[in-house]
Amino acid sequence: MLDSKIPAGPLDDKWTTYKGKVKLVNPANKRKIEVIVVGTGLAGASAASSLAEMGYKVKAFCFQDSPRRAHSIAAQGGINAAKNYQNDGDSVYRLFYDTIKGGDYRAREANVHRLAEVSTNIIDHCVAQGVPFAREYGGLLSNRSFGGTQVQRTFYAAGQTGQQLLIGAYQSLERQVALGNVEMHTRHEMIELVIIDGKARGIIARNLETGELERHFGHAVLLCTGGYGNVFYLSTNAMGSNVTAAWKAHKKGAYFANPCFTQIHPTCIPVSGDHQSKLTLMSESLRNDGRIWVPAKVGDTRKPNEIPEEERDYYLERRYPAFGNLVPRDVASRAAKERCDAGFGVGSSKQAVYLDYADAILRYGKIEASKKNLGDIGNDAIIALGKEVVKEKYGNLFNMYEKITGENPYEIPMRIYPAVHYTMGGLWVDYELKTTVDGLYALGEANFSDHGANRLGASALMQGLADGYFVIPYTLGNYLAEEIRTSNISTDHPAFIDAEKVASDRINKLMTIQGKQTVESFHKRLGKIIWDKCGMARNEEGLKQAIAEVRALRDEFWSDVKIPGIINQMNPELDKAGRVADFLELGELMCLDALERKESCGGHFREEYQTPDGEALRDDNDFMYVAAWESKEVGSWNLHKETLDYEVVKPSQRSYK
Amino acid sequence: MNWSQLFSSSIGKKIVMALTGIFLIIFLVVHCYVNANVFFPNAQENFNRAAHFMGTNLLIRVTEIGLFAGFILHIIQGYKLELQNRSSRKSRYAVNAGNKTSKWYSRSMALLGTLILLFLIMHLVHFWVPSRFGGLTEVQYGNDPIVFHNLYAQMQDTFAPMWVVVVYILGCISLSWHLLHGVQSAAQTLGWTNKKYTSIIKSIGFGFSIIVPLIFALMPIFIHFGWELNLGSLTLLF
Amino acid sequence: MQHYTMNLKLKVWRQQNSKSEGRFEVYDVNDISSEMSFLEMIDVLNEKLIKDGGDSIAFDHDCREGVCGMCSMVIDGRPHGPWQGTTTCQLHMRAFKDGDTITIEPFRANAFPVVKDLMVNRGAFDRIIQAGGYISVNTGNAVDGNAILIDKQNADDAFAAAACIGCGACVAACKNASAMLFVSAKVSHLALLPQGQPESKQRVAGMIAQMDKEGFGSCTNTYACEAECPKEISVMNIARLNREYLQSNLGS
Repeated sequence: MLDSKIPAGPLDDKWTTYKGKVKLVNPANKRKIEVIVVGTGLAGASAASSLAEMGYKVKAFCFQDSPRRAHSIAAQGGINAAKNYQNDGDSVYRLFYDTIKGGDYRAREANVHRLAEVSTNIIDHCVAQGVPFAREYGGLLSNRSFGGTQVQRTFYAAGQTGQQLLIGAYQSLERQVALGNVEMHTRHEMIELVIIDGKARGIIARNLETGELERHFGHAVLLCTGGYGNVFYLSTNAMGSNVTAAWKAHKKGAYFANPCFTQIHPTCIPVSGDHQSKLTLMSESLRNDGRIWVPAKVGDTRKPNEIPEEERDYYLERRYPAFGNLVPRDVASRAAKERCDAGFGVGSSKQAVYLDYADAILRYGKIEASKKNLGDIGNDAIIALGKEVVKEKYGNLFNMYEKITGENPYEIPMRIYPAVHYTMGGLWVDYELKTTVDGLYALGEANFSDHGANRLGASALMQGLADGYFVIPYTLGNYLAEEIRTSNISTDHPAFIDAEKVASDRINKLMTIQGKQTVESFHKRLGKIIWDKCGMARNEEGLKQAIAEVRALRDEFWSDVKIPGIINQMNPELDKAGRVADFLELGELMCLDALERKESCGGHFREEYQTPDGEALRDDNDFMYVAAWESKEVGSWNLHKETLDYEVVKPSQRSYK
Repeated sequence: MNWSQLFSSSIGKKIVMALTGIFLIIFLVVHCYVNANVFFPNAQENFNRAAHFMGTNLLIRVTEIGLFAGFILHIIQGYKLELQNRSSRKSRYAVNAGNKTSKWYSRSMALLGTLILLFLIMHLVHFWVPSRFGGLTEVQYGNDPIVFHNLYAQMQDTFAPMWVVVVYILGCISLSWHLLHGVQSAAQTLGWTNKKYTSIIKSIGFGFSIIVPLIFALMPIFIHFGWELNLGSLTLLF
Repeated sequence: MQHYTMNLKLKVWRQQNSKSEGRFEVYDVNDISSEMSFLEMIDVLNEKLIKDGGDSIAFDHDCREGVCGMCSMVIDGRPHGPWQGTTTCQLHMRAFKDGDTITIEPFRANAFPVVKDLMVNRGAFDRIIQAGGYISVNTGNAVDGNAILIDKQNADDAFAAAACIGCGACVAACKNASAMLFVSAKVSHLALLPQGQPESKQRVAGMIAQMDKEGFGSCTNTYACEAECPKEISVMNIARLNREYLQSNLGS
């Protein structure tokens, strides 16, 4: 039975009550306790620096060449916080409510409420660190609005909010490195978890530069290793983003929750060919002014500017008049897929829709002309003025689009298509962010906790930093207070030796296969299976096929993969092989989870379960639970269910019509 | 932080380059002003009087020691920096961006400086050595009891062969390129540049780098051809 | 946009590790689409090398959207290649034409030793940040975000400096392998904000001392760094750094 250890009492008081009663570790004892933090994104860097500031001895690991490169850096839009600086009716409750509703009622109330509570502290702390948030002329912080909310609560730093927040956390981390409180290991990848007497006590890490395996002891292990979107091969994740650390933990006893909850972002630059290695996001903010359309006729090959207004289908405005182009991500993505599947797609691949700024340019141009009292200046002059306004608002995004596609989005509508962006699923954690393995914690995107079946924009940064700065410093102490009598365990302990042997055997096995196919080719094939059958829409038949195909692909991988180079040297192909091998196991679990969840909710859309007009049909009677999977052996799992009790919010059908 | 730390740091060394550079720029102005007598009527007397003043005034003689110190510091520090900077990339690129990303003369300050140094040595041998250690003819003007060194005659002798004129012009061109980078670089090193002032500093630097070397270059030409500028009563004498 | 395919000759620097000698190898790549990114073109080459039984070319890359700062490479003498304000991962093959020979080298500087092939170790940048590139504030100490008012111009300038992605192209581009643009971006970011004031003197002194210790050259204001910076960080930041440094030293 899964115990989420949610504190008793009213929702508003749970976190305060918890903090008041939580066990503490005295400063002298903190100095003796070692904590391992894997990953240095927003969650990892914030946790490592905060714990080090408190006095713990921290060892941090990242596979990149510097902790500053973690993929949190690529987040564009912003970070939510219930500050109510705009006096527009925001509150902790509203942020909590919006997040629960946005997640289609598949998140845990107590966690989400805590997230909303600490959101305000995050902004304060980041400002103190020197994060250059956008400001008004009066010197006050500026806000903007994001999808799924009716208030302005998003703090931002142009289109680089993730970068600025990560640099803030990175600077704090490096400060602790300088003070000797954090031992930083870059170009290191965790490839085994070490468990002693049922408790996580360390990791086996591979030094990617030398290929050596290293044993590291810790009284507790924190996994801040991000999401698993790269199982799709093509996603907006970084090339190195992987599930390996989480997966090793899963195979050592940590349950994996809701793996089928993946977020497909509607506005990405479409695939241009087979060579494509990664997809690039175009910020959600573009949907504020852009209009999305496809030709009204199937197979219309005319250039977009030659298609007259009456022969265009603004399908989001047609289907969702109330929200129009600003429906939530999952809805917008499915609608684009529906049009393309029906043959209305555009571009050479026919897997794209138009995001058109012509109207916005004209509208802004007219406003500008009237502001400047220019009178009747003609259409061309108005358009020129409008382009200036659009450039000021979205210039960097338009430039990026032009760099990638070679097309000028001021003249030709942008082509966009949905792409994998975020994974709501992850390691199951309780209220304290502890997994089902004692002493093993998961933070940020690596855990499943706060976003239910769909994440709202600007909430990922909030969650990563909440977990690292303001949750784990309290909840970890509750565990470590019992560990002060545990002295450091020697890394010669049999458990370390065994774990290292498992890891090195696996690497040796990979290197000795010497088959014919590259790691990359396997990854691409896996991605295609998952995208086609466990992507934006899923059905029973497809999922069953996918499971069989993934299993077959896995067998093929282990008998025919070809990895160049040697073990004891920098070998990016070997690193990638280890990651793809884990994706080949996770992919199966995703399909299994999607198969078991016989309802549609958030990012999980089962074609069998939809309303007559094609909307997601939730089944709260049978599926109001977290699916937490226990690994038995490769390709075999037990399902555990954590029932979700909604004490405060009453679940209802989401409607955006 | 103490002074030795300041001047041994990379920025400190650059500050030394910038300050000595500016000092030398000021010297150029004075030198240019004095020498400009050669352009105007009665050049011999006016120039020799000015040179006499420069050679006998106590304050100027003391400053001259500073000037030599400035030169030596600028030269030694410049070479040290160049060596250090070269050794910070032991493995060189096979292909270089060249002029696509920076101006050739800004990358060639050591080379231009060396050319100027060679020119300077020649120039000192031509004029400073004889004026300090003898070898100049002497001349008197009217009732003035003072006996002047006829440095002007020395110039006429020196610039008689055309090739010397050409070498001097080349020296001035080197100086121009050196200044073109040097002036605004010194301003940047001393932190004077910012959004507002950069364009002004760049313009002043550009103008100075063209005008001053141009005036210097015209001197051997004027003397070689015996030209003079008649601008009425204008004289530059001290 | 007219798409086309091209055949190219690549001269690529191969080096086993930091201790071994490197050399150029020449490879042919065919049927490269103008729509590919530069790194995808290298991916194609690597797939071919592996299939032919060779070792793939090691290079750093991660986000492939121009913000993580991981990708490097000097392409025909230009860090991050021929396009202005663009990282290698955002450079696309339409920058080249059929029959081109492209020379690809690692970032070269003593302070950035080669790890393998085109991969270098930029740990020196982390150590410079450790020497003061932060504001000393522990979690939980902060006042309300709006309690600190910041002039919009300063906030915008600080942001522009903070856009630095720490890729090291400035070092690679500089004839002296100087890290001044990187250091100045961090010093400027923090010096322009009131939160950064209390420790501004120690910060600039510490960071410069560490920069010198790492073996970077000094700045001779050629501004090749600014021309090659993928985030177009301004050299005005270097002037500000110089000012800060002088103030830090001349003050008591």
